[in-house]
Amino acid sequence: MTKLLLENILRFLLLILAQVFIFKNIGYYNLAAPFPYIMALLLLPVRIPKTLLFLLAFLTGITVDMFYDTLGMHAAACVTLAWVRVIFLNLTLQDDDHDSFASPGIGQMSFRWFLIYAFVLSFFHHLTLYLLENFTLNNILFTLTSILFSCIFTTVLIVLFELIFYRRRKR
Amino acid sequence: MRNLWIFISRYSTFFLFILFFGIAVVLVIRNNSFQRASALNSSNQMIGKAYQNVDYLKGYLSLNETNLALSRENAALRALLKSSSYDNNVVVNITRDSLQEPEYSYIEARVINNSINQKNNYLTVNRGSKHGIQKGMGVISSKGIVGIVLNVSPNFSTIQSLLHSDTRISASLAKSQAFGSLIWGPQAHDPQKALLRDIPNHVKVEKNEQVITSGFSLFPPGIIIGTVLETGLSSGSSFLDISVRLNNDFSTLQYVYIVVDRYSGEKENLETKNLEND
Repeated sequence: MTKLLLENILRFLLLILAQVFIFKNIGYYNLAAPFPYIMALLLLPVRIPKTLLFLLAFLTGITVDMFYDTLGMHAAACVTLAWVRVIFLNLTLQDDDHDSFASPGIGQMSFRWFLIYAFVLSFFHHLTLYLLENFTLNNILFTLTSILFSCIFTTVLIVLFELIFYRRRKR
Repeated sequence: MRNLWIFISRYSTFFLFILFFGIAVVLVIRNNSFQRASALNSSNQMIGKAYQNVDYLKGYLSLNETNLALSRENAALRALLKSSSYDNNVVVNITRDSLQEPEYSYIEARVINNSINQKNNYLTVNRGSKHGIQKGMGVISSKGIVGIVLNVSPNFSTIQSLLHSDTRISASLAKSQAFGSLIWGPQAHDPQKALLRDIPNHVKVEKNEQVITSGFSLFPPGIIIGTVLETGLSSGSSFLDISVRLNNDFSTLQYVYIVVDRYSGEKENLETKNLEND
């Protein structure tokens, strides 16, 4: 239990730091920007209480917002992600899986499941984020394009991290 | 209350989402200038639209008063129009001539009321006693005679039209100079025809012969009245009845001239003495 807590806190800190100091500066012009910090929310234990999940999502978002000077946007996006996460897990997991405190990583789930999971969640995160950032439906086509590319970018990064750090540990 | 609590806990995910998302959106709008500006802007637009609709509905409620005010204003504006003002500018043409003293002068007038289809027809013109019109004066137009002034008020006069059963005008035939009286009425109610009576039997009358004023009446001599249409409508006596097509189109009369005869008073005075002698 302590190990789980420590692991999550450490992951959270590392991902936030990586996000605000490294990935903030990376981007494909204005079209695609990666937000791999949402991995911290993705890998929270399956049976985490909903209230705690939403609170953590909100706090994560606010923390990133502070560095991005966009107070509230990442928070809203992360809260949306948390909601989609709850629905997604309800739809795809069996009841006995819900009892597990384990993270829904590649180690526990299949690669295909994790890919879809990361893609769907990051898609909703980016959708909320970009729509809030633009706050207008003008140029909606460009916005949707950048949402899609950012989403692919983020998903690829998350899957890579997962493969690099966790696959090996399992073995 | 219990049911409400069950409801909320069943859909707790959704309510949590709404709660945190709401907080985040409030933070976004409060702390980011562009989002705040556009949020305020769109809400202002919505409010403006709502006010506009309410105002539109309110407009219906006050439609009655608005209509009243508008119609009053219309009446006031209409009163300022040129057509609603009375034209007081009279042009009287009198020839100054030391050799021939002019007898007749003419006052132009505009017909403001007219009828042709009654048994007795009258006209109203916009000149009256103020302009020197008196009862009994003759009225002509550019095409022929019109009638006799019947009543006079300061600004208006009524004219007994030629198309009146009591109107009798002394008329003569242009060639033979034989005179009779022109009447309209009992037998003929056609506004384009009149009867010339009291022309003796021996006078030769031709078709299309002109009928003119004789000069024995209020009118200057030689003013055209019409043309002979039919002759020989004998009434069984020694006089002819001649049907006359009137030259004047009474249905389109607009401007007429009132004939002022300088000596008419003198003539009448003299003529009344004839009757005294009888």
